[in-house]
Amino acid sequence: MFENLSDRLERSFKILKGEGKITEINVAETLKDVRRALLDADVNYKTAKEFTESVRQKALGQDVLTAVKPHQLMVKIVHDELALLMGETAIDINIKGSPAIILMSGLQGSGKTTFSGKLASLLKSKRGKNPLLVAGDVYRPAAIQQLKILGEQIGVPVYSEEENKNPVKIAQNAVQYAKQHGKDLVIIDTAGRLAIDEAMMTEITAIKNAVNPQEILFVVDAMTGQDAVNTAKEFNDRLDFNGVVLTKLDGDTRGGAALSIRSVVNKPIKFVGTGEKLDAIDVFHPERMADRILGMGDIVSLVEKA
Amino acid sequence: EKTKENIFSRLTRAVAGKSRVDDDVLDELEEILVTSDVGVDTTLKIIDRIEGRVARDKYVSTDELTKILREEIAELLTENNSGDTVEFAVPENKKPYVIMVVGVNGVGKTTTIGKLAYQFKQNGLSVYLGAADTFRAAAVEQLDIWGKRVGVPVVKQKMGADPASVAFDTLSSAKANDADVVIIDTAGRLHNKINLMNELTKIKNVMSKVVPGTPDEVLLVLDGSTGQNAFEQAKQFTAATEVSALAITKLDGTAKGGVVIGISDQFKIPVKYIGLGEGMEDLQVFRRKEFVDSLFGE
Ligand SMILES: Nc1nc2c(ncn2[C@@H]2O[C@H](COP(=O)(O)OP(=O)(O)OP(=O)(O)O)[C@@H](O)[C@H]2O)c(=O)[nH]1
Ligand SMILES: Nc1nc2c(ncn2[C@@H]2O[C@H](COP(=O)(O)OP(=O)(O)OP(=O)(O)O)[C@@H](O)[C@H]2O)c(=O)[nH]1
Ligand SMILES: [Mg+2]
Ligand SMILES: [Mg+2]
Repeated sequence: MFENLSDRLERSFKILKGEGKITEINVAETLKDVRRALLDADVNYKTAKEFTESVRQKALGQDVLTAVKPHQLMVKIVHDELALLMGETAIDINIKGSPAIILMSGLQGSGKTTFSGKLASLLKSKRGKNPLLVAGDVYRPAAIQQLKILGEQIGVPVYSEEENKNPVKIAQNAVQYAKQHGKDLVIIDTAGRLAIDEAMMTEITAIKNAVNPQEILFVVDAMTGQDAVNTAKEFNDRLDFNGVVLTKLDGDTRGGAALSIRSVVNKPIKFVGTGEKLDAIDVFHPERMADRILGMGDIVSLVEKA
Repeated sequence: EKTKENIFSRLTRAVAGKSRVDDDVLDELEEILVTSDVGVDTTLKIIDRIEGRVARDKYVSTDELTKILREEIAELLTENNSGDTVEFAVPENKKPYVIMVVGVNGVGKTTTIGKLAYQFKQNGLSVYLGAADTFRAAAVEQLDIWGKRVGVPVVKQKMGADPASVAFDTLSSAKANDADVVIIDTAGRLHNKINLMNELTKIKNVMSKVVPGTPDEVLLVLDGSTGQNAFEQAKQFTAATEVSALAITKLDGTAKGGVVIGISDQFKIPVKYIGLGEGMEDLQVFRRKEFVDSLFGE
C-alpha cells in the first residue's frame, strides 16, 4: 500500500525529462503524488493541502541545473519544507521547580501510564531526579495497580489513594507528600478522556489549576487518523499543553498525525515511545519523522547525490 | 453532553447555496470522506461511482447527492460482508464457543471482553474469561475486575506466565463446567512484530487441543480513531490468525467512524461489534442500516 514517494516522484517526473524549469504544468502531477502520500500517512487533509501549496510556490520557476534531475530537486524541496514544518531539533522538557510537576493528558489507551513510567525512569537515571509517580486515574479498572507495577520495575515510588475518587485532591496531596519527602519531580498520570467529554475535560483543567504544573504533556498514539488535529486542538484549547509525546512508533505507521498536530497547535513534539518496555523512549527527531511520513528513508543520500 | 458532527451535516454545509453536483462539490465530498478516515482508495472509489452517475444522469442536484452517497456507502458495506450479526448470541451446536480476542496495544480488547461477557450473560449464557495477557502490567487484575463486575469466572495465572498455558486452563475449566462461551484476552501486540504474532498461533494451537476446532472466532479489535494503519492491522492479523470478525471501539469519540466504511470495502471480514464508551453496556452489535443512518443523522 505504501509506495515509496521518491519512486513515485521519479515516475511522475519521467514526463519532465529534458525540461529546464519547473513549471505549473509539470509540477501538478507530482504534487498530486505528494498529497496522496501525505494522506496515506494520515496527515490531515487541510494540512496536506497547505503543504503541497507551499511546495508548489517554492518549486515554481526554479531552474533545474543540468547536474540535477528535476525529480531530485523536487524531492529536496519537499523534504526541506517538511523538516522545516516539523520544527527544529528536540526541545527539552522543563524540570525546574521544587518539585517540578509534570501532568500527563490524552485519549484512552494512548500510552499515558506507560509513558509516565518511562519518563520517571529516564529523568531518574539520566538527570539525577528523585521522582514520585502519582496515580491520578481513579476510573480504569486496575489503573493504580498498573502504575504501581511499573513503579516497582523502575524503583520509583507511587503515590495513590485507593479510596479517594477525586483526582484533583489526590494530585494536591501528592504534591504535599513530595515536598515532605524530598521528591524534586512529580509525574501525574491521569485517566484517558475524550476531548468531547465535558465533565472529564473540566476535571483535568481543575487538576492543572490545583497543582500548576511546569509541563503538561499531550500523549498521542502515532497511529491516530484524521481526527488527531481536532483532539490535539481541543486538549490544547483547554490545557495549553507544553509538548506532545508520540507513542507506538515501533509500529509501521507513517505517523502523519505528528505533522498535522505540529502545524495546527504549534507545540513541539518532545518525546517518542518506541516499545512497551520502560526504556523504549527517545527524544524527538524532526528530520527522521519527516522522512518517515514521506516513506523516504533514503532521502538524505538521494539529495546529497543531487 | 457528547456531540459529534456526522457526514450528512458536513455535506449539507458544504453544498449550501449550490444546486447541482459539480467538481467543487465533489472536492468537498472528497475532503469529507478522507477526513472521516475512509481512506484514499475507498474515497476515490466512492467519488468515481458518483462521477459516473453524474455523467450518466447529466444533471444531479445536491439534494440527490445525499441519497446517492447513502446508497453507495450502504452498498460498499454490503458487498463484502455476510449478514448482520443479529444479537449477542453464539451458535448452539458449539459448546463451548471459543472467542480469541486480538489487536494492537491499547485498542480496547480487555474492555470489549468485559462488555461482551456482560451481554452474553444477560442473554442467559455462562461465560468463562481467560487472562492470557500475562505481559502488560496489571492486565490480569484489569480482566479480573471486569469478571467481578459482570459476575463471570476469570481463569488466570501470574504475570509472566505462558499465555498458551492460561488458554489451556481456561478451556479445560470451561469444558469441565459445561460453559457456553469462552473469551480469551491476549496482550496487545503490533502486527509488525513477528515473534509476538507467532505467539498467537501457539495460543490457538493449544486451544484446539482442548476443544477441537477452536477458537471458533478470532475477534480483531480496531480503535475507531486509528487512521490508515488500521488496514495494515487487519491485513497482518488476518494473515497470522485468520481473523473472523471485527470490533471497532471508541466510536463515541469525535472520529467519524469512516474507518468502518474503508475496512468493509477492503476486507471480507464482517464488523460484528462497535464500542461506544467505557461502561459495561457500551457495546452494540453492528447493524449496517443503523450505522448508515447515524452517518446521515437519523
Ligand atoms: N508497542 C508499543 N506499545 C506501547 C507504547 N506505549 C504504550 N504502549 C502500550 O499501549 C497500551 C496502552 O498503554 P497505557 O500506558 O496503558 O495507555 P494509557 O494512555 O495509560 O491508557 P488509559 O489509562 O486506559 O487511557 C499498553 O499495552 C502499553 O504497553 C509504545 O511506545 N509502543
Ligand atoms: N471512549 C471509549 N473508551 C474505550 C472504549 N473501549 C475501550 N476504551 C478505553 O480504552 C482504554 C484501553 O482499553 P483496554 O481494554 O485496556 O485496551 P486493550 O486493547 O486491552 O489494551 P492492551 O491490553 O494494553 O493492549 C481504556 O481506558 C478503556 O476504558 C470505547 O468504546 N470508548
Ligand atoms: Mg493509563
Ligand atoms: Mg488488554
